[in-house]
Amino acid sequence: MSLLVELLSGALLLVGGVLCVTGGIGLVRLPDFFSRVHASGLTETLAAPLLLCGLMLRMDWSLDLLKVLLILAFILATNPTASHSMAKAALHGGRRPLIADDADAAGENASSKS
Amino acid sequence: MHYLSATLSLSLFWIVLSGHFSPLLLSVGAVSVALVVWLLWRMDSTDRQPNTLHPSLGLFAYLGWLLWEVVKANIDLAKRILHPSLPIEPTWTRLDVGLSTKLGKTLYANSITLTPGTLTTDVDEGHFMIHALSREGIESLRAGEMEEQIRKLGL
Repeated sequence: MSLLVELLSGALLLVGGVLCVTGGIGLVRLPDFFSRVHASGLTETLAAPLLLCGLMLRMDWSLDLLKVLLILAFILATNPTASHSMAKAALHGGRRPLIADDADAAGENASSKS
Repeated sequence: MHYLSATLSLSLFWIVLSGHFSPLLLSVGAVSVALVVWLLWRMDSTDRQPNTLHPSLGLFAYLGWLLWEVVKANIDLAKRILHPSLPIEPTWTRLDVGLSTKLGKTLYANSITLTPGTLTTDVDEGHFMIHALSREGIESLRAGEMEEQIRKLGL
């Protein structure tokens, strides 16, 4: 494997790893359930694809490469479904998002409506 | 007709994932494919309007545009999380949506959710409920560029 590919793959893995940790920090720092869903989106929509791309650069041309590509496609396809159903379940369970103090009138109406 | 294409693509998918051609694994695969196609048939008899998004050049252009938006939103979110003062302003508000087809609304709602920082919590007639982590997030949706991109697909 050429040095360039090796370096590129290493950089992708490093950045992906840093972003995974950032997502974890977000889970701890963000104030409520709904904002934490956004932090999990960070690890799923950017960190995981970067890690998988980094891995793909290190692989030979084989069926496994296609499998990793499929994993990537499925992560991106299922992320919105999972995030949406978690948020919807939380709303059904009576949890309401924490909103910033200066929330506009539309937001206020919405929270009292449902 | 779409049962036939589902059967073919699922069988291909099984073979790609397994890579084994022993009679046992092939028959397990055949049972799985049959089960999924049966579930598909059951769902079709509940929801009589099966919707499929046909691959086209415009769709791939949209997905490329969307991925770039997702990357930008992720960088913005990572900055906010790592910033010592945690500069977030969570809002939960309604977003008026002009798209009328089911498929267009589904694509729009999922694109919003896929982009970190904005999350669709509810889909109603004519509007979505959006939870956004920052004011910029909801403002950029109100500006309507994403909706315009989906409208261009003819949805």
